[in-house]
Amino acid sequence: MADIKEIIAARVAKELKDGDVVNLGIGLPTMVANFLPEGVHIVLQSENGIMGMGPAAEKGKEDVDIVNAGAQYVTVNPGAMFFDSATSFGIIRGGHVDATILGALEVDQHGNLSNWIVPGKMVPGMGGAMDLVVGAKKVIIAMQHTQKGAHKILKECRLPYTAVGVVDMIITEMGVMEVTKDGIVLTELHPDYTVEQVQEATEATLIISSDLREMK
Amino acid sequence: MKNKIMTAQEAVAPIQDGATIMVGGFMACGTPEILIDALVEKGVKNLTIICNDAGVPGRGVGKLLTNGQIKTLIASHVGLNPEVAQRMNTDVPEDKLECILVPQGTLAERVRAGGAGLGGFLTPTGVGTIVAEGKQVINIDGRDYLLEKPLKADFALIRGSVTDKFGNTTYNGTTRTFNPMMATAADHVIVGACEIVEIGEIDPNNVVTSGIFVDAIVGGEKPWQI
Repeated sequence: MADIKEIIAARVAKELKDGDVVNLGIGLPTMVANFLPEGVHIVLQSENGIMGMGPAAEKGKEDVDIVNAGAQYVTVNPGAMFFDSATSFGIIRGGHVDATILGALEVDQHGNLSNWIVPGKMVPGMGGAMDLVVGAKKVIIAMQHTQKGAHKILKECRLPYTAVGVVDMIITEMGVMEVTKDGIVLTELHPDYTVEQVQEATEATLIISSDLREMK
Repeated sequence: MKNKIMTAQEAVAPIQDGATIMVGGFMACGTPEILIDALVEKGVKNLTIICNDAGVPGRGVGKLLTNGQIKTLIASHVGLNPEVAQRMNTDVPEDKLECILVPQGTLAERVRAGGAGLGGFLTPTGVGTIVAEGKQVINIDGRDYLLEKPLKADFALIRGSVTDKFGNTTYNGTTRTFNPMMATAADHVIVGACEIVEIGEIDPNNVVTSGIFVDAIVGGEKPWQI
């Protein structure tokens, strides 16, 4: 079986359309840029002030004044622009970002998201996540289906929210799910799993699409 | 014209214990290290620092944290500096750090509002979360927004890539971040500049921060060494 993160990133990449303005979270979401279908060119926004971010900088060729939101040295593509943080979040809240892709600690059947704090244990802060999920046109959660077996896709989030009712889609190594007003609909199933196994790994009751397809 | 160019020690001389200081930069990219170093040397304490994040140990505001100079940190993300959690959870009262987390876009806009004479602004960010606690929710045309208030400070420490002797400043790459807003939102603004040039040498088309906001200019800021 291919690397789980690569399976997820490759499937997320198929959601993006040519010309989309996209913000990728740190970690797995960053890998999505490596799997874009041929002919699909996206404009990457980095919330610390880049429109048109390019790949990571080669070792030895870094410009120390150009980093991404994870403080890694990156490049910019021809046609890029730098801006300040107020402008950056104006772009984000203003609905000018087509899709944001990020991880989650918990997601629930109402589209609520928790990914910034575990009270008493881990307090990293929300960074730009609260603005991104409220402002972006489409919110895609890209993550492993469970945390070492513990449910992450829940009936109700237990951790403090990042935002309420914002998640559009959840993509894991087991399948593709869309959040609707009726609940979470499983639309694609990865061939390594059965519907029963996905439900077992999910606390929320899944609605199985009548048009359930194979996740590729 | 008033000479604004001085040493880092002279520039931070007005900063006293208990001051509120805005510090530009994002994970220390765009933070004026020479001014941070001068503050560490001066040893002022009980500071309130407003910065996007906590830097990293040994870099940016992380140095002030290590030296026990910060009482309150207002930031959006502190996860990449493990010392924040240690100091928030310590039982030693004089080392205890108060950390106020603000969504990044809200933090940037609060600083902008502080410098732009606004009484606050309405943002959908944080509605329905613990960020909304104690804040007024205002419904405009069917959508809920939080009323967020402006932020101001006694001092701002800014990093300029090129600064002229009046204080006109440009920022390279992603060093811009919070610097331009912070330069407008503090009573006393100090620029740590990588390069100082004569007035007129920066094309007015490229000036981001006007010299009218700048009180002091310190040269010798270095590119970060990897």
